[in-house]
Amino acid sequence: MGNRKQLEIITESAIEWLIRICGISAILFVFGIFFFVFREGAEFLFGGLDLWQFLTSPEWYPTSVSQKRYGVLALMAGTASVTLLSMAIAVPFGLGAAIYVSEFCGPKAKETFKIVIELLAAIPSVVWGFIGLTLMNELIITLFDAPIGLTVLNGGIILALMSVPIIVSIGEDALKAVPDSYREAAEALGSTRWQMIYRVLLPAAKNGLLAAVLLGVARAVGETMAVLMATGHAVKIPGSVLDSVRTLTATIAAELGEAPVASDHYQVLFIIGILLFTITFAVNLIADLVVKGIKEQ
Amino acid sequence: MSNDTKYTITTDKLNLWYGDFQALINVTVNIADGIITGLIGPSGCGKTTLLRCFNRVNERYGNVTTTGEILINGKNIYDDDVSLPELRKAIGMVFQRPNPLPISVYENVVFGLRVHSRRKNIKKSEMDEVVEKSLREVFLWDDLKDKLDKKATGLQLEQQQKLCIARLLPLKPDIILMDEPCSALDSESTRAVEELMLTLAGKYTIVIVTHNMAQARRVSDECIFMLLGEIMEHTRTEEMFLTPKNPKTADYIEGRYG
Repeated sequence: MGNRKQLEIITESAIEWLIRICGISAILFVFGIFFFVFREGAEFLFGGLDLWQFLTSPEWYPTSVSQKRYGVLALMAGTASVTLLSMAIAVPFGLGAAIYVSEFCGPKAKETFKIVIELLAAIPSVVWGFIGLTLMNELIITLFDAPIGLTVLNGGIILALMSVPIIVSIGEDALKAVPDSYREAAEALGSTRWQMIYRVLLPAAKNGLLAAVLLGVARAVGETMAVLMATGHAVKIPGSVLDSVRTLTATIAAELGEAPVASDHYQVLFIIGILLFTITFAVNLIADLVVKGIKEQ
Repeated sequence: MSNDTKYTITTDKLNLWYGDFQALINVTVNIADGIITGLIGPSGCGKTTLLRCFNRVNERYGNVTTTGEILINGKNIYDDDVSLPELRKAIGMVFQRPNPLPISVYENVVFGLRVHSRRKNIKKSEMDEVVEKSLREVFLWDDLKDKLDKKATGLQLEQQQKLCIARLLPLKPDIILMDEPCSALDSESTRAVEELMLTLAGKYTIVIVTHNMAQARRVSDECIFMLLGEIMEHTRTEEMFLTPKNPKTADYIEGRYG
């Protein structure tokens, strides 16, 4: 008996440590990645790069022989336009689907829906890009009589389809967290299903729903492969949804392999990485604060 | 009971099943107008189920089958032309746990108006008046008149429950159903809510489910004793507690089972 107890104490503390290391490692990795990206770009960021020009110039000529110019405004506009369009599609669809799954469908349909939505989330981004490159491309050319179908519209729709599962599953969680007594109270006062949703459920779940949307945004901003394939790879500020653009992420993916290590170009790509990191970090932070807001209520 | 009594709720051979389980068996009752009727009986006897039939809020659970009739003011509420929102406007309900909506006190009181009014904008002065009148009627006005913008879910339980009663009043219901309205409250608050019920009786027909024999005795004019889904006895409250006709009623009242 004594032995066994000894063994239990040892395994117990060993497991405890193992779990602790797992937890700490997550933090280490995040800081590690940030440190690495920062280190690769730091030299040029603090010496040589005109930060103002970097952020405000649309001219991106990193390999020009006569005059190299590193302006990411057009790339940011590309990311912003694709993200905005995708959210304009994904938010209403995603929240609508979340409301439907949580409030309108029966338990069996609910299970099916959730499985299908998870399946949608599991499709690799390169497959989405493939759909953008072939199917959507032709569709847009035919429908809009456009010279090319690899556009903001194409990327936006693909990204919307990729963000919807996140918005649905987190949005549904938020709605599920609203106590049933609120629904009962509203219905017993004679409100219709929609009045109940609109007047009680949505206000009660608004923080969770906002968090769902912001996580969808973070997904859209950070997505690389699908937008690289679907948006046409043209560095310019888009004038309409039928223009080709290039996003920050796609630029890194496309150019990093060809930029000589430690060159200015190479470092600028890492600075774009820092910029992206900052954007997604800000969005996630806002989402976090918003979710925390729910708990304090 | 004399023949000229006006009945607000009458049921005829009401049967109800949750899936395969029969929760109400041939329930035929007449609930008189303007008084407080208590529904008593041990747990699982169907008293809450019966109460929840009167505004059809039972149907939220899906697998419910009902046969028989419930007439409210002479109209069968299971008829096809009955609109649930209208039905529930006429029949208010107070729940076991106070369940104010997570909006302000003010908005809780006018929620019913907003939901039922066809007009887009109800005049602010009109609503202010309704809020004051309703809160006065439940003796909350003095406590809450400076807290109308506060979230209702942050109030004390007693205030929450009174607010849940107050928010029914702007809709001018005929009937108020109460499902163990005091079971989440302490004894002081229970007394306060009971006093409120007594002041509301007469203006509204009140049906109250309670586990608390003493409460049934204190507030109700008539009592219905239920057991295993059936009505055992329905008489004036003092008769039921002094000279119960059914031996099972006597056993329950005296606490031999519960």
